[in-house]
Amino acid sequence: MLTISHYLILSFILFSIGVAGVLLRRNIIIVLMSLELIFNSVNISLAAFSYYLQSLNGTIFVVFNITVAAAEVAIGLAILVSVYRTRKTVNVEDLDEMRY
Amino acid sequence: MDIWALLIIPLVVSVFIALVARKNEELSSYVSIGAVITGFFIVLPYVLKLPGDPNMHPIEQAFTWIDIPGLKVEMGTLIDPLSIIMLFIVTFVGSLIHIYSRGYMHGDPGYSRFFACLSLFIFAMLGIVLSNNLIMIYIFWELVGLASYLLIGYYYEKPSAADAAKKAFLVNRIGDFGFILGIFVIFYATGTFNFIEIEQHIAAGHVSSGTLTLAALLIFCGAVGKSAQFPLHVWLPDAMEGPTPVSALIHAATMVAAGVYMLARTSFLYAAAPDAMVVVAYIGGFTALMAALMALGQKDIKRIIAFSTLSSLGYMVLAIGVGGTGAGMFYLATHAFFKALLFLGAGSVIHACHSNDIWEMGRLYPKMKATAVTFILGSLAMVGMFPFSGFWSKDEILSATFESGNYFLFAMGVLTAFITAVFMSKLVAVTFFGEKKYHGHPHESPYVMTVPLMILAVFAVIAGFAGFPGLEPNFGSFIHTAASGLLEHGGRGVHAEHRFNFMVASLSTVVVLGGLVLGWTIYSRKGMKSDVMEEALPFTYKLLENRFYIDHIYDTYLVGWLYNGMARILNYIEVNIIINFVINGMAYFTRQTGKGLRLTTTGQLQNYAFVMVGGVLVLMIIFAAIF
Repeated sequence: MLTISHYLILSFILFSIGVAGVLLRRNIIIVLMSLELIFNSVNISLAAFSYYLQSLNGTIFVVFNITVAAAEVAIGLAILVSVYRTRKTVNVEDLDEMRY
Repeated sequence: MDIWALLIIPLVVSVFIALVARKNEELSSYVSIGAVITGFFIVLPYVLKLPGDPNMHPIEQAFTWIDIPGLKVEMGTLIDPLSIIMLFIVTFVGSLIHIYSRGYMHGDPGYSRFFACLSLFIFAMLGIVLSNNLIMIYIFWELVGLASYLLIGYYYEKPSAADAAKKAFLVNRIGDFGFILGIFVIFYATGTFNFIEIEQHIAAGHVSSGTLTLAALLIFCGAVGKSAQFPLHVWLPDAMEGPTPVSALIHAATMVAAGVYMLARTSFLYAAAPDAMVVVAYIGGFTALMAALMALGQKDIKRIIAFSTLSSLGYMVLAIGVGGTGAGMFYLATHAFFKALLFLGAGSVIHACHSNDIWEMGRLYPKMKATAVTFILGSLAMVGMFPFSGFWSKDEILSATFESGNYFLFAMGVLTAFITAVFMSKLVAVTFFGEKKYHGHPHESPYVMTVPLMILAVFAVIAGFAGFPGLEPNFGSFIHTAASGLLEHGGRGVHAEHRFNFMVASLSTVVVLGGLVLGWTIYSRKGMKSDVMEEALPFTYKLLENRFYIDHIYDTYLVGWLYNGMARILNYIEVNIIINFVINGMAYFTRQTGKGLRLTTTGQLQNYAFVMVGGVLVLMIIFAAIF
């Protein structure tokens, strides 16, 4: 029997993988993908709680999240493409212009 | 209502000249002269009514200016014999000097400005005279100081004139500071600024004698500044940097007399504070003698007359100090005539010779008879020769001093009279007679200048008879009634009645004659090119020429040590503490902090993310520990 804990543990594992990816990977596309992973781990826990509490609020929130995330990914990827075209690199360590 | 017009017209004219008529010199001078003559004709009916009504009831017109709980300040006029006499002097002498200025200032680039300032001065001076309360008198007191500043510094492109103006203003500020403190003390003690109400409070014995003495001394500070008494006398001789009509009007006839007028106005205060009166009397007597001595060592014709003015002011203050308010005001009136005459005469001479040095004049009598004759008449009045006006007024002061029992002050007064006679006869002998030393061709001044001289000369000769002892009511009786009943039964040393004292009169006549003969025999000798005193008594002469080094002492100690020392300390505090420590310290701290915090801005995306995650973890641990 799947309980709420299983869903939350899954969510936590996905979240941790996402955070590790954001912090450790150097490829900016991987970083973006890791961010999406964090995002979806949150969506999972929202959906789980929605079911657990028998309230539609969480589900509605998830739908909104997915919509917004889609828009955000579109913009993010566009920026990435643009950055790659000007910098010829996808390594985040090289993108350090905003320093003193 | 006419009294308010008297006050407003000069102000309106002054503003009109400054804003509208500036470019039109003729118009400026005419409206300015017109304003002061109108004032004279407004005052005239009051003056003519005065002899028939010596006990006139003071007319007070006032409106409330500031009214808040616990403080009521009025703007008002007080007409009594004292102010009528002063109004007459200001408008009459003022009119003649305005007319004279038309000739004297002819062709000057600042012609309109000059008349604007003169009208401003007349406005302020009339304000002092008309005031019915201390706050109003103080406001106009400062306005007069401003007009004086503007006129001393009239030739502002000349550094000496600009410095003299500054000096006059600053020295006056010292006195005025005491004055305003005195006003506060009076307000604290009586709760009012109005003269008549203050007098009633004091008469009713509501004020302790210690407070009265303090207030009287503080208010006297104001008079010391404005009337140039020792130790604040230093500004007056320097004020001669202004045009000569200004010296005559402001620094001889009217403004410097404002201090004496103010003392007379508040004489009820002094009558109730005998200790303060002693101080007043000694300061006056000392100033009179000191200034007369200083005058002996001067070469500049205007400076000699300026020092004689100082001496005369000392006389007036002495008179107030021994309780002879009437005598002091009488001397003020006659002094206004003969001193204005002397200054205007000196101006006429300077106009002709283009020099101020009496040793560059000589034998001017044949060249400018009208000036010379009027000047000599003025000098005789000044030294107090019988029967000229100065004789009667000076005699009243000397008898008042004698009768008050201050024989030391009396001796100082007589000695002053003697020295005055010496330097005035020297002045006349060297300037108008003696060797011819001038350059060029001096000629008599135009009528616009000589006619005022003649009118003033007439008054300088006959004005004394207003105080003729046999005449009843004479000049003194107005002032005694004006200064109220308090004077009659006031403190010790106060004498209301000054009968003609034959002994004093003959003594002063003999002394003056002696002085005149001495001065004349020394300085009318042929072939004299410079002051014999310089060779005969070099040390004394040097001392007198340098005015007992008082200015020098002020320059060295007050300006040099105190002022510069304070400036240095403040500079040190500013540079080292305020700028270096506080301002620069704050900047340094901010910069160093910034330098440290800047290191965190690596530009590395993952550093930021790491810090963020770390922060969240720390918060989670904290929350876990709490709940």
